[in-house]
Amino acid sequence: MINNMEIIESGQKELLQPPDVEEFRRWMRENKSPALRDKVMDEHEAVKRFIKDGDYIGVELYGTVRCPMSIIREIVRQGKKHLRLAGQGLLEIDFLVAAGLVDAMDITYVGYEVLGLSNILRRAAESGRVKLVEWSNAAMAWRFKAAAMGVPFIPVRSMLGTDTLKYSSAKVVKDPFTGIHVTLLPALILDVGIIHVHRADKYGNAQIDGISGFAFEMARASKRLIISTEELISTEEIQRYPERTIIPWFLVDAVVVAPFGSHPGEMCYCYERDQEHLLEFLKAAETEETTQQYLQKYVYGPKNHQEYLDLIGRDRLEALKRANKGR
Amino acid sequence: MAEYSPTELMICIAARLMKEARTAFIGTGIPMLAAALAKKLYNPDLIAIFEFGGIGASLEDLPRAVGEARTFYRAMVATGICDVMETAQRGLIEYGFLGGAQIDPYGNLNTTVIGPHDKPKVRLPGSGGANDVGSLCWRTIAIMKHEKKRFVEKVDFITTPGYLDGPGARERAGLPAGTGPYRVVTDLALLGYDEETKRMMLLATHPGVTVEKVLENTGFELIIPRRVAQNEPPSADELRVLRTEVDPERLYI
Repeated sequence: MINNMEIIESGQKELLQPPDVEEFRRWMRENKSPALRDKVMDEHEAVKRFIKDGDYIGVELYGTVRCPMSIIREIVRQGKKHLRLAGQGLLEIDFLVAAGLVDAMDITYVGYEVLGLSNILRRAAESGRVKLVEWSNAAMAWRFKAAAMGVPFIPVRSMLGTDTLKYSSAKVVKDPFTGIHVTLLPALILDVGIIHVHRADKYGNAQIDGISGFAFEMARASKRLIISTEELISTEEIQRYPERTIIPWFLVDAVVVAPFGSHPGEMCYCYERDQEHLLEFLKAAETEETTQQYLQKYVYGPKNHQEYLDLIGRDRLEALKRANKGR
Repeated sequence: MAEYSPTELMICIAARLMKEARTAFIGTGIPMLAAALAKKLYNPDLIAIFEFGGIGASLEDLPRAVGEARTFYRAMVATGICDVMETAQRGLIEYGFLGGAQIDPYGNLNTTVIGPHDKPKVRLPGSGGANDVGSLCWRTIAIMKHEKKRFVEKVDFITTPGYLDGPGARERAGLPAGTGPYRVVTDLALLGYDEETKRMMLLATHPGVTVEKVLENTGFELIIPRRVAQNEPPSADELRVLRTEVDPERLYI
């Protein structure tokens, strides 16, 4: 019988967003309303109202896949500063870092898979400009899960024995029930979560097609939640398929209608990723100067999402739609 | 004999390792091609699992990213990352594929930094799902380019656990019992691990590659058994399926 939960090892990095589950409960009670309010607004209003300098934010799913890129571009335009990020992604992270808006990141993966490393992350990390705390991919998703459960930590069997743990802020303890060593992951309660979905109604009830990534957990781990959606549907339609509501209205603060909102990423069953644009961005990302030129042209230049889509061009977007194989 | 590239050879060797597999956790790149080739030629029942939720995809079109639609096109299941990782944590995923910038004799992998963590010479992407795959799947297979600077005595950063510092270390750390590195596929050879010491061991060299060449390109003391096998080159069948069915767009090969 083990009577105390002995700490075997502690990750040496700072816990960037210490969870306060009591405060989270109070926040939920005071700020999340079951009232049926129309929450439809544009990117500008959503970002202005719900994201503040210094916030800790998380974005789902990632860069080239069902990613709320129109919201990201608006955050860059409004220049929200000193952000801290859940660092799992591609260009959504890189845009914010390249714009100098990020102070620190709980990082699991920032890169381009077969297309290579992120030069923007490299410049930021190698110069020490952005503070990095390491985690595994499951660990980040499980940290959201713990927050979604309303508990301060969750025991898991990843990260043990590695430098990933040493450079995190996780702890290893002896489990009081079985005696095995487990990693305790601190819950990650986001100031703001941002999720792009296939369909939502004006109250924020949201449906996602295909894989759900970590949308379920992140939506429930967020104090403020911005949803962007390819399509706005009626509440009657939501009510016909209530089992499909992965994010319920009472968690949602803003509903932004953003067709092609994931561009240059893909949206499953709707449109393909814009490989050509992605390669253009990666080429630009090679140097600081060309990165800033890219941001100038595609992010600061267009005043809003519609202007961005106009810049990309209707024909090109339609071609991405046609290229999609469907189900 | 047909001409083939080192990448094609690595894909074929990795695909042959999946002849008997039931479930495999597939990462970006060569593992995707190997899984698709294995499915078409050797093991149509192979269940490919992708970290963001795709389980049992047809792999008709080659995915370019672990979260894209091709990872669950005509799949059995489209779920989420927690479900997939918890499936691995419950012991249901047999093989896991990994890559890395560095590997050491115990199969520990680095995909985080070259140089010190807080002032790196090169910042790499980070763990992603690799640490979870290396922690939770029963057997992991690393696929790497065989170079002295990659096969090092000590990795700069242990992103993903191999056998850590030797026999029993995984279990002492709390990792699931009976799990760990199984094979390493490189452009020169197929390697495994010595049962007793848990150190890397040469199993077979690729066509035209000598044991000396493998040693020259390995930065640590590699165990050379008395008998080293020779890998078969890609067969005409393997090359045809790989080029015309698996990757006709030539995304990778």
